[in-house]
Amino acid sequence: MQLKNNIAISENGFIFDPNTGESYSLNPIGTEILNLLKEKKTDDEIINFLNEKYDSDKLTIEKSLNEFYSFLQEYNLSEND
Amino acid sequence: MAKLPFERPIIKKINIGVPNKIGMKTEYTPITEIDGVSVKQMIKEYGSPVYVISEKTIRETYKKAYSAFAVRYPKIQFAWSYKTNYLNAVCKTFHQEGSWAEVVSGFEYDKAIANKVKPQHIVFNGPDKSREDLIKAIKNQSLIHIDHFDELYTIISLTSELNETPKVAIRVNMDTGVYPQWSRFGFNYDNGEAWDALNRIMISKKLDLIGLHAHIGTYMMTAEAYKIAGQKLSDLAVKLKEKYNHTIKYIDFGGGFASKNTLIGAYLPGSDTCPSFDDYAEAITSSIINSKIKPDDFPTIMLETGRALIDDAGYILGTVLANKKLADGSNSTVIDVGVNLLFTSFWYEHQITPAQEFSPYTENTTIYGPLCMNIDVIRRSANLPIMKKGDNFVISRIGAYNMTQWMQFIALRPKILMIDLKGNVHIIRENEKLKDIVSMERTPEHLNNFDV
Ligand SMILES: Cc1ncc(COP(=O)(O)O)c(C=O)c1O
Repeated sequence: MQLKNNIAISENGFIFDPNTGESYSLNPIGTEILNLLKEKKTDDEIINFLNEKYDSDKLTIEKSLNEFYSFLQEYNLSEND
Repeated sequence: MAKLPFERPIIKKINIGVPNKIGMKTEYTPITEIDGVSVKQMIKEYGSPVYVISEKTIRETYKKAYSAFAVRYPKIQFAWSYKTNYLNAVCKTFHQEGSWAEVVSGFEYDKAIANKVKPQHIVFNGPDKSREDLIKAIKNQSLIHIDHFDELYTIISLTSELNETPKVAIRVNMDTGVYPQWSRFGFNYDNGEAWDALNRIMISKKLDLIGLHAHIGTYMMTAEAYKIAGQKLSDLAVKLKEKYNHTIKYIDFGGGFASKNTLIGAYLPGSDTCPSFDDYAEAITSSIINSKIKPDDFPTIMLETGRALIDDAGYILGTVLANKKLADGSNSTVIDVGVNLLFTSFWYEHQITPAQEFSPYTENTTIYGPLCMNIDVIRRSANLPIMKKGDNFVISRIGAYNMTQWMQFIALRPKILMIDLKGNVHIIRENEKLKDIVSMERTPEHLNNFDV
């Protein structure tokens, strides 16, 4: 998953999409994932990172991540491959 | 280092102009226990979903309702509305508190008798009393509330056959300023039908007319309607006294007090908008006290309150099965409680509370039950704390009508637990098993052989 380059992420969980003028809000883990995506981390790296930090198995994390990605796509926040 | 609890990542579009709820602290905290008993432990031991009834809440609610009336009026009698929840353990809790029984079918009547309620303390309502039901109720001197003229004449004809004087009241319907008006049941006050019925009863000299009854509707959001009902019923009592020198012993106001649930589409939560027991008691008692009925003739006020007495005592505990993004981009959550178990989701926005800690973030989601049916929606577009597969939740205020109007549909019905005053957990209804369902079926012999 690749985030569009010009998306602005604030520290307290708000993002702004200059392409559309829309803003979004996220919970802290959502913000964390967006920042990891900005750093161009791969999905595996993100899953491993979250698995180290949070009390959950990889499968659950992967499922939640994919669901989250589908919303990023829905909102046109990701680059189309 | 200990790992942090995992919450599903969520993102929400901010709609300018519409207040945005994400980031706002949700106004409630998790429900981890009920009357001191752990929610997760009950699910572990008795399965998910599972119903839970708090004996303590039943008794406290009853006492609150009773005293609201008893401080204002000397003669008060509640009769537990069986249809609202006729689990024996629930009925008997109300009977221990002093409630009589109010039934609307032969089945409910027999259930009250089996629960050892004195037959003369059973109020028999409803339009569908069979001849056999009536004979039984007449012989037992139960309180028969007549619904229509056909029933009145059946009862009159039975009196000679049985050589008994049945104890009767009539059900009266009327305009109380609340619409739609329930005119299906009983005799109408405003067009004179009720007075006509009373005259026929008095003239027949075969029935002991002991009461007047009205059940003006359910979930009445204004106490004022009961005042109007009380004035009209008192008027009939006064006319009976004037014309026949006959004193009726009770006026039964039926049920209909709103519980604190929130109706679907309501702007404010039910807990903010519904009248209290004191409001209803004030309206009802003042209508009699201020009527032309002489103090020596004051009738007992009977009440058949259902939902307002039991809703708060009932819970259903369950588990999240899945989170799903729908084709239109909205969120949904699938839980193991469907409308088969929570019939009241058709009219209430039930409160769903996680049974574990949650963050202040909420998501907008539609809560679906597990049935393969489009109608199986528990909450539409609800702002709820973020829950994931395997999380548990508590749905509160579900004690009324769900354990009687439930359906055995697709799945077997779960256990019902009661937590007693000491915090002991009792199974008051077992979960259904395949054999319970098939034991009532009969298969024609020629259908028994096949090879698939
Ligand atoms: C005759 C009668 N009495 C009492 C009740 C209980 O009503 P509620 O649950 O609204 O208090 C009902 C419910 O429909 C009823 O029909």
